[in-house]
Amino acid sequence: MGIYSKPVVFAVLSAVVILIGTIVTVFVPLFMPSTQPVSPLIKPYTAIELEGRDIYIREGCHNCHTQTVRPLRTEVLRYGEYSKPEEFAYDRPFLWGSRRTGPDLNRIGGKYPDSWHYRHMQSPQGMFEKSNMPPYGWLAANRLDTGNSLKKITILGYGYSEGEVSQQISDYKAKVTAPDYDSRETRDQVTPEALRNELTEMDAIIAYLQKLGRDVKNLEAAQ
Amino acid sequence: MSETGYAYRVVRGFAFSALFWLVIGLVVGLWIAFEMFNPALNLTPWLSFGRLRVVHTNGLGLGFGLAGIFATSYYILQRLTRTPLAFPKLALVHLYLFNAAIALAALSLFMGMSTTREYAELEWPLDVGVVILWVMYAVNVFGTLLKRQEKQMYISLWYIIAMTVTIAVLYIVNNLAVPVTLFKSYSIYAGANDANVEWWYGHNIVGFIFTVPVLAMFYYFLPKATGLPIYSHRLSIISFWALIFAYLWTGAHHLMLTPLPEWIQTVAIAFSIFLIAPSWGSVVNGYYTLQGNWEQMRSNYLVKFFILGITFYGLQTIQGPTQGLRTLNAFFHYTDWVVGHVHMGTMGWVAMIISASFYYMIPRITGNELHSIKLANTHFWLILAGQLIWTITMWIGGIQQGAMWKATNPDGSLMYNFLDSVTSLYPYYRLRFAAGIVYFIGILIFVYNLVMTVRKRPVEA
Repeated sequence: MGIYSKPVVFAVLSAVVILIGTIVTVFVPLFMPSTQPVSPLIKPYTAIELEGRDIYIREGCHNCHTQTVRPLRTEVLRYGEYSKPEEFAYDRPFLWGSRRTGPDLNRIGGKYPDSWHYRHMQSPQGMFEKSNMPPYGWLAANRLDTGNSLKKITILGYGYSEGEVSQQISDYKAKVTAPDYDSRETRDQVTPEALRNELTEMDAIIAYLQKLGRDVKNLEAAQ
Repeated sequence: MSETGYAYRVVRGFAFSALFWLVIGLVVGLWIAFEMFNPALNLTPWLSFGRLRVVHTNGLGLGFGLAGIFATSYYILQRLTRTPLAFPKLALVHLYLFNAAIALAALSLFMGMSTTREYAELEWPLDVGVVILWVMYAVNVFGTLLKRQEKQMYISLWYIIAMTVTIAVLYIVNNLAVPVTLFKSYSIYAGANDANVEWWYGHNIVGFIFTVPVLAMFYYFLPKATGLPIYSHRLSIISFWALIFAYLWTGAHHLMLTPLPEWIQTVAIAFSIFLIAPSWGSVVNGYYTLQGNWEQMRSNYLVKFFILGITFYGLQTIQGPTQGLRTLNAFFHYTDWVVGHVHMGTMGWVAMIISASFYYMIPRITGNELHSIKLANTHFWLILAGQLIWTITMWIGGIQQGAMWKATNPDGSLMYNFLDSVTSLYPYYRLRFAAGIVYFIGILIFVYNLVMTVRKRPVEA
């Protein structure tokens, strides 16, 4: 029983023992394209959607909401088509979550108009009296910081040029501040007057939520 | 330093750091438990549930858990090697920097700086700090082992070595990220791969913080507290190697029925079932150690903590693999059942063993008798009752929610909307909060008892 009196040998042996399972189930899959397939039908996040995603991360929304619909009958009935690996190719980090205190959000995009989200984020209890979701109206009082958007997009390798990134930002700003924006009235109600002609954190997180699960429809149409 | 030259100041410092972060972590836990049925408590952005939950998990896992491990392992290491710490000053620097890092960690999480990776939420500058702290710890572990006076390494030292090595691998691989600013980074992995890496980490960090070093305490302090040798040395060898081999294959049972390739999920299920064997190897070894001496459950206040603790470990390691099975997972996953499962391990097994270890250790390093055995018994019964009500409530709530999600009408449509499944849990959440208060009172008594113990004047020898 020599190893029990040789600490360094023991440590090396322990490292080898723990690395076997690690290599087979974690390291090898990293290099198998089948683990995280990429599809041209799934588009990366725009600058605004990505900023919204970062707010979702900052506020810890993943602590209560999952983003994976499982291939179970009642789950598909409740949320929609089950999640496909291609959908997550641009997710760094992944946001699948581990607890559904609130419902899954992987198919939330396009389910409700923007106005629904503005009202719901402002006051979940105003919409559903017994909901236990925290209110997030204060996000509309924060101007959206897009100072790092280009840097973020570059690091993530989404492939948008500098011009495209600033175009995405100005396009979205034009959309939500336009007089004919279909959710204009609700947006004005929740947004402080000084920020009504600016982009807020609320605008961005709603843009992100509206993106979730949108592209999977292209994927299904193609299959 | 005591008269034998052992570095006990750092042991005491880490023990009281653990108690401090335990109280803070539980206060935050009670706060978020209240928010679950009364959202009005989300008073400010930094008090909102999404940010506060990670303060709770990190405060208890890293603050209480790690400090408790450092305290007991610095003690065990010196006793089992019959050698003072190789670098006592380095250990003190480790102590001060550790507390500074945990305080910064809590602050940064309150501010919303989070990577979202469960149990690895800290942003990259703090990750670098954690790695440096871990190296400082490892230097003392191996430095002391190399200088040791006792040739054979006892079981507890195997577990401490395995933890030291494995945590380093897990933490570094899982936290690899590209910084955007000082406060923001993106994982180098994407989508399904990111999920696979994170749950390999998430499962094993629980294994190598909440299982492996706690087993080190169990194997050391149970024989010490009872005066009985461990039942089987051979069984402990088999259990050790089988445990650390099989643990690393099982992370994907957290990702059942997700877009992760099915073969990784299935391998994880198989190894999870296998893990019952080495886990129960330790449980059986603990029970048989007491054979013929079960009267100590009554006569020795420490034995209750150890035996109930290892019993919850045994239940935990059967419940875990069971809920990892695909069909059961489809029902239980994402519900409060899993929350109950985790808390049986932490509130039952981990807290029970650390409590007893501190009760054994603190009087010996200070030369004072324990302030009150009666209070220790009260502490035991309160945390036992609090934990049982807490976890059983969550299991029942989880079964109910799982059933409501699956319930369909005769025409095949869903019987309940999602909100129904949330509001029906509020009675359980109220009871859970009450159980948490009971548990918290037990912990306050524990802290009071140890504070009074060290404040006594040393007994004349």
